[in-house]
Amino acid sequence: MGKVVVVTSGKGGVGKTTSSAALGAALAQSGDKVVVVDFDVGLRNLDLVMGAERRVVYDLVNVIQGEAKLAQALIRDKRLETLYLLAASQTRDKDNLTAEGVEKVIAALKKTFDWVICDSPAGIERGATLAMRHADVAIVVTNPEVSSVRDSDRIIGLLDSKTLKAESGERMEKHLLLTRYDPARAERGDMLKVDDVLEILSIPLLGIIPESMDVLRASNVGSPVTLADGRSAPAIAYFNAARRLKGEELPVTIPGEKRGFFGKIFGRKAA
Amino acid sequence: MKFFQLFSRPQSAPAARERLQVLLAHERASAGDSDLVAKLRDEILRAISKHMQIDDDKVSVKMERGDKVSTLAVDIEIPFDAGRKAA
Repeated sequence: MGKVVVVTSGKGGVGKTTSSAALGAALAQSGDKVVVVDFDVGLRNLDLVMGAERRVVYDLVNVIQGEAKLAQALIRDKRLETLYLLAASQTRDKDNLTAEGVEKVIAALKKTFDWVICDSPAGIERGATLAMRHADVAIVVTNPEVSSVRDSDRIIGLLDSKTLKAESGERMEKHLLLTRYDPARAERGDMLKVDDVLEILSIPLLGIIPESMDVLRASNVGSPVTLADGRSAPAIAYFNAARRLKGEELPVTIPGEKRGFFGKIFGRKAA
Repeated sequence: MKFFQLFSRPQSAPAARERLQVLLAHERASAGDSDLVAKLRDEILRAISKHMQIDDDKVSVKMERGDKVSTLAVDIEIPFDAGRKAA
């Protein structure tokens, strides 16, 4: 039986889709069988970030409405044999997602995949609550910025009340993924530090993804960053986050924190 | 680094941290309240409708939390002929 992971945040634009693709790929690169499911009906983007935008024939809504079989809608990644994508519908709206339909699809995916990664839409409406509904584990993607932290706090509240796990009295496992982190700005006191965010949200840290050009470069070419440039700082951070997700005890390091003399003078802004 | 800071703008991260801590303390406390407010509204509505007929959506109950005192504002609109209808 696979694990269902929801990647959520409340706020938009913090890196849910990028992180879903990168973590999904990292897990698949370690040999696990992974499917990444886009729940952002009407505004799908996971297909684009993963470079499969021209291969989408059937989507999640088609499967839920019985217009296609699940196997027909699953798109296998061209680079990784163990990585699959289930796209969201671009033409319909989120009302086409039914609770029973989502439940059936998730249950079927759990049987064949080690990881079912649900890429949640922004907001706290139907799409977001359905994406988190069946999760075993939640990854809360947060930027070190006040509005993102506030929205994450709200999402944590929903994870603890509106999920199946919470409703059956179980504790929902939640992890913080801090993205777009700029250690130089945090050091200067112009960005919330890792410890500040951890203290405020008080959930365990899964990883810190540094602000980096490599992330944009990867999405430009339609490749998860762990596949596009496996040795880049964000890729390494995602690989480590994936290992922690698999239960490995791995200390979290702040990327790019060690700066030499020249780094201090010239390297004030991360690339 | 410290030397340069003497001449630069004050740090903004501590302000962000403090504002968030105050705000979230409020928001977390009031998250459970919405339930309480709904219950209060229900009971107030029931108590009044024993004596006069009122519209369900004409009753508004608001709770505002302060540091020392919280206020509960109840606003009920009673129609002109409410008493007669109930009687």
